[in-house]
Amino acid sequence: MKYAFYPGCVSKGACPELYQSVMAVYPKLGITLEELTEAACTGAGCLQEKDQLLGDTLNARTLAMAEHKGLPIMTICSTCQGVFAQANKRLNDDPDYLAEINKMLAPEGLKYKGTTVVKHFLWVLLEDLEEKAWKDKIVKPLKTLRAAPFYGCYLQRPSEALGFDEHPERQTSLEQVIAATGAEVVDFAGKDRCCGLPILTINEPNSMAMVHKHTTDAKTLGADVMVTPCPLCHLNLDGLQHTAASRHNTTIDMPILHFPQLLGLAMGLDSKSLGLKRNIMSPKAALEKVGVAL
Amino acid sequence: MEKTIRIKRFDPESKNPQAYHQEFKVEVEESSSVLDALITIRESIDESLAVRCSCRGAICGSCGLRVNGQGTLACKTKINSLRGSNGTITVEPMGNMAVVKDLVTDMRPFWEKIRQVTPWLQTTGDAPTAEYLAPPDAMTHLNPVMGCIMCGVCVSDCTALEVDPTFVGPAALAKAYRFVADPRDAATNQRLRDLDEPTGMWDCTRCMVCVEVCPKGVAPMDRIMALRSKGMNSGLTDTYGARHSMGFIEVVRDKGILDEVMLTIKTLGLFNISRFMGLLPVAIRSLLHGKLPKPGPFHKPLPGMHNIRRIVDTTEKMK
Repeated sequence: MKYAFYPGCVSKGACPELYQSVMAVYPKLGITLEELTEAACTGAGCLQEKDQLLGDTLNARTLAMAEHKGLPIMTICSTCQGVFAQANKRLNDDPDYLAEINKMLAPEGLKYKGTTVVKHFLWVLLEDLEEKAWKDKIVKPLKTLRAAPFYGCYLQRPSEALGFDEHPERQTSLEQVIAATGAEVVDFAGKDRCCGLPILTINEPNSMAMVHKHTTDAKTLGADVMVTPCPLCHLNLDGLQHTAASRHNTTIDMPILHFPQLLGLAMGLDSKSLGLKRNIMSPKAALEKVGVAL
Repeated sequence: MEKTIRIKRFDPESKNPQAYHQEFKVEVEESSSVLDALITIRESIDESLAVRCSCRGAICGSCGLRVNGQGTLACKTKINSLRGSNGTITVEPMGNMAVVKDLVTDMRPFWEKIRQVTPWLQTTGDAPTAEYLAPPDAMTHLNPVMGCIMCGVCVSDCTALEVDPTFVGPAALAKAYRFVADPRDAATNQRLRDLDEPTGMWDCTRCMVCVEVCPKGVAPMDRIMALRSKGMNSGLTDTYGARHSMGFIEVVRDKGILDEVMLTIKTLGLFNISRFMGLLPVAIRSLLHGKLPKPGPFHKPLPGMHNIRRIVDTTEKMK
């Protein structure tokens, strides 16, 4: 399977270990990626607050680039996935709106017809690859590891744009992949809640309260690690966890893994190739449980 | 068919007023709603079960509660549509509200927040001899938001309210939008200024839970986004929220992709020493882990930037 690869800004910026881990994992799965190097930021729902037309035009441009190549898009970010899904729905639901946007794409020689399929890496595993093709690559099951899933809002809602009616398995995609790695899924109520990143600069106390709540809940339930398919959630849960703990006069020490890092560990990749030293909250103790050195 | 309904019970007048779960086995029809099952339990098994309901047709908004962890109307939720674990359906009172008894919650804070946004038309000048008139085209877009039945389900599941009960919340903000966007209302600017304050429209996390759970298609978060846009377009640009959103567009116009450092500076302001001191340990940790994003001039723009800038400038001119 070949995809137009949309890495998203954060995997190229504040979470380079995500990009690194995807680069280590994907060649072993029989996937080919062609990176969309000129594709703009999706806007992350934030740009759309001020100007939805701008957000939809930039995303139509990216969708048109992939359509021109005849490829589906693969994302590695819950937020990018969700924003693309919402934009794609608006563009397909309203031909006049799409025509208006295509006028702005015309000077670049682009036109979006509305056919591009966008899938998160999680969904690619479950929907596009033969089950055997990727599960056979799991040569080092993480049997003693307890992992709590944390989706990121945009990979859970709105369910209509995300295609949950046609693909109900998407709602539990992260649990399915965690289970396939051999790790035990620690289910907890916070798995589909907000990580707090969107309000980090706007209302830091509330944002830190969310980080504190989710990481503490996962720890209380006995999780060794939390696992997320969203680098924006990772930024807050990992990068700001010390701050959240300090604000609440406690220590948490909950490692947060990008889901390709977890998958890579189960595929026998070493911690260096998965960039695990770049995680702020050290996964050293969790890795020792599965016999991997940091 | 028989179903197991697991209900969260709480009786403040009991000797030991602690919440607990109790399972009931109940016969239901193919077309039964969760409310049908609850009424059967109350009428046939345990008459002490407290549940609030009235119309049974998703009109009155009385029977808001949580089914399998998600806010909903009991009368609108068909048992057949649920995928409970082992066939058991868990029913609990709404979240973010105090429980009066069993499945009945205290709605007084909900109504106080609705009143907080002045939920009535504010006009100027002499009153007309008949109705206040507005062209249909200026009102039809408000139909979905006017369909709100004040059930509280969006408030129940709001992720911002989970950590901050002072947030005005999705129902009140959707109601505020209903008047801000009403062409007959004369208090738009004052309303937007009030909503621009702390605990107002900028404290929403954009998590979309309210959009997902609303049983009437009100889509409160979409209304909150529209309020923010109207606020910024009316000159309310001095909050962290507004500066973050506008700064995001400037960064995309400049680089094509996110420049985290520049966006933070644009949001907080270059001389916001106290906030930057708070972020300094975060930046140092990132640096030590080899992942501090390259700032400003070191953060290279995407190839083909002229096309992105053209789109940003074109949409700006269209306003």
